[in-house]
Amino acid sequence: MATIRKKRKKVEVFAQGNEAIAEGALLAGCSFFGGYPITPSTEIMEIMSQRLPGSEDGVFIQMEDEIASMGAIIGASLAGRKAMTATSGPGFSLMQEHIGYACMVEAPLVVVNVMRGGPSTGLPTSPAQGDVQMARWGTHGDHSIIVLSASTVQECLEMTVVAFNMAEKYRTPVVLLVDEVTAHTREKITIPHAEDLEILSRVVPSVPPEWFKPYAEATRAVPAMAPIGSGYRTHVTGLTHDTMGFPTSRPDEVNDAMKRLFRKIDQFYGDIMMVDEFMCEDAEVAVVAYGSVARSAHYAVEQARERGVKAGLLTLKTLYPFARPAVEKLCRKCRHVLVPEMNMGQISREVKRVNNGLTRVRTLNRVDGQIITPSEILKAIL
Amino acid sequence: MADVTQLIHDYLRHNKKFPHVFCPGCGHGIVLGSLIRSVHALQLPKDDVVIVAGIGCSGRMAVYVDFNTVHTTHGRALTFATGIKMANPRLKVICVMGDGDALSIGGNHLIHAARRNIGITALVLNNMIYGMTGGQCSPATPQGNNTMTTPNGSLEQPFDTVELVSAAGANYVARGTSFHAQQLDRLITDAIQHPGFSVVEALSPCPTQYGRKNKFKGAVPMYEWLKKNTVKLENRKENDPRIPVGVFRNLDRPGLEERYADLKAQIRAKGQGR
Amino acid sequence: MANKKKGQTQVCVYPDWCKGCGICVAFCPSKVLELSALGKAEPVREEDCINCGFCELHCPDFAISIRPREIGAACPTFPSGPPSNGEAC
Ligand SMILES: Cc1ncc(C[n+]2csc(CCOP(=O)(O)OP(=O)(O)O)c2C)c(N)n1
Ligand code: SF4
Ligand code: SF4
Ligand code: SF4
Ligand SMILES: [Mg+2]
Repeated sequence: MATIRKKRKKVEVFAQGNEAIAEGALLAGCSFFGGYPITPSTEIMEIMSQRLPGSEDGVFIQMEDEIASMGAIIGASLAGRKAMTATSGPGFSLMQEHIGYACMVEAPLVVVNVMRGGPSTGLPTSPAQGDVQMARWGTHGDHSIIVLSASTVQECLEMTVVAFNMAEKYRTPVVLLVDEVTAHTREKITIPHAEDLEILSRVVPSVPPEWFKPYAEATRAVPAMAPIGSGYRTHVTGLTHDTMGFPTSRPDEVNDAMKRLFRKIDQFYGDIMMVDEFMCEDAEVAVVAYGSVARSAHYAVEQARERGVKAGLLTLKTLYPFARPAVEKLCRKCRHVLVPEMNMGQISREVKRVNNGLTRVRTLNRVDGQIITPSEILKAIL
Repeated sequence: MADVTQLIHDYLRHNKKFPHVFCPGCGHGIVLGSLIRSVHALQLPKDDVVIVAGIGCSGRMAVYVDFNTVHTTHGRALTFATGIKMANPRLKVICVMGDGDALSIGGNHLIHAARRNIGITALVLNNMIYGMTGGQCSPATPQGNNTMTTPNGSLEQPFDTVELVSAAGANYVARGTSFHAQQLDRLITDAIQHPGFSVVEALSPCPTQYGRKNKFKGAVPMYEWLKKNTVKLENRKENDPRIPVGVFRNLDRPGLEERYADLKAQIRAKGQGR
Repeated sequence: MANKKKGQTQVCVYPDWCKGCGICVAFCPSKVLELSALGKAEPVREEDCINCGFCELHCPDFAISIRPREIGAACPTFPSGPPSNGEAC
């Protein structure tokens, strides 16, 4: 998804991760931003406040808190907009109830969480990766969700486009996790031309209102979505609903509705799961990493190779659904797998679950607000 | 008079189970009638009306009416409504909230919607209690009253919705009751037509939870209480202890979505837009 | 609105929707309605109705309709009751 098809009229700029995210969102067709300022994500909001009011139909609104920000973007999404918000840990905690609502009513939207040290106010200006499990399981109730990650400024742009495309394609909230380092790093990036990108938009009903079943089983298990005001007069509710969108507690209907919410994401696993493999073919030791840590790991793997150690790196661009096949492949053939993270072990839990005794999974954890350096990783590989 | 009920039936979703879930004598049903008559009086196309409801007995209203309906989360209806209105200002967005919904968990959203003066109509169905969860104290429960969580009488002073949203900046602020349905019709009709943020507080008896705990014998005495204890704002004399009903604030400042559209036009005229 | 001539209206109560709250019974200025043994409102003095409309506006369940009288005609609002297929909500 969102691959650059042909190189045409590309623009090269020097930008930080947050700027690249805003740029990506606009390229993807985002026309609604609702947010509340929080370090280290605020630049995204500021850029959107400059760009959206001058665009054709763009809406920017600063809400009273993050609960309201999520409410507003869900409302905008239901009214037919591509909508997003950006925040950091404390705000992301407040958003959880509404993320569940978005899952339940299948509202496409993008939530960017620029991770800082936590818990609580924690380390507002330092990087961390402590929100990974919350991004997956933060809202109450059983649910399925897509969580993406970016490790470079260029990837910030590209993964934002991917996030919007997946949100629209699967009618689901998509969380994009970046860490403070990636968000504030400045480097040269290429801004693709909008026409060179594959941009997806939600499917709208092709049947007249009297035939429309807003939550019916459909191709890809994703029903068409009628924007509010388009004549379909649907009922949208966070209560478990039947195919017409009305509340139900009939076990068969509840079961169908819940299972479809999982199926619509699980069955397209291959499309959703994005990883980068670097020197993995003949690897004997592997590193599984994401975010800024993957950059340190990349460097460490190169150095290990120079010293004759057959190291490889698997960078996770999709965190959830978890990249089981790619990780399992490494677990089968490697002497050990190292999972360096700026938390006390959140993705390493998933790796261990997949590993299931195949090889040794080692962790390298840092929670002091400092990045994990290439030499730390190199030391752990050798 | 003749067509009143017929008219209501034209706006109900008849594939839903009726009678509706509200208890016998619940004021929420009467407010629902007023809302429908107001939309009808204004001849608004059903497709352009969006009912955004919170969670509570009051929020249950949304499922019954044949408009665009969104049943949101407890207290947050106004945030969704804000997104919908800004995304498509052509829509008539009406928020239906309970007193717990609007004043307690959603109090922050209420004052900020008022401050923004966004073109949304907010109906606050005030039964002075948490109906749905079984009769706990709400921020509108009068001091001294009994609820499930104030078995010795509430110690806290209730909010005055009208003063609260007026101070916060709403354009149009009114209070009515389900006993005065004709007046309530007028207030809601006015409110929907009004630019900017408009709030109608409807005092709406809850016989099951509030009534039982406060020595009302059934629904009828609660409506008698409303009759006796309210006074039209115009007729109110100083120191009258009765609750004033009527229109408290009536300003014509443009709503947020209008100001936003102007800003957009200005920016685009200057060619700053990208 | 008040004091239209008596005896010109038909008061229809749809019993399936009436919950017997008694609002119409208590506040009807002409005491037209009473609760039946089954707990449903029933027009017992229809000829006294002054067509004030109170009951129709205040029935929380939309169960009353006041119509001009046509002797022998079925209630136009509820000829056989409002449509409802009893689907769960
Ligand atoms: C976040 C959250 N907290 C609590 C609840 C439980 N809850 C449901 S309705 C309600 C109160 C309803 O009272 P009110 O808003 O006054 O509406 P009423 O039922 O009286 O019309 C509460 C506390 C909830 N649904 N969500
Ligand atoms: S509990 Fe109270 S508010 Fe809820 S439906 Fe019953 S009477 Fe109405
Ligand atoms: S007001 Fe309506 S529900 Fe109540 S008793 Fe009369 S007809 Fe029945
Ligand atoms: S309209 Fe209803 S309330 Fe008025 S007199 Fe007739 S029956 Fe009584
Ligand atoms: Mg209440």
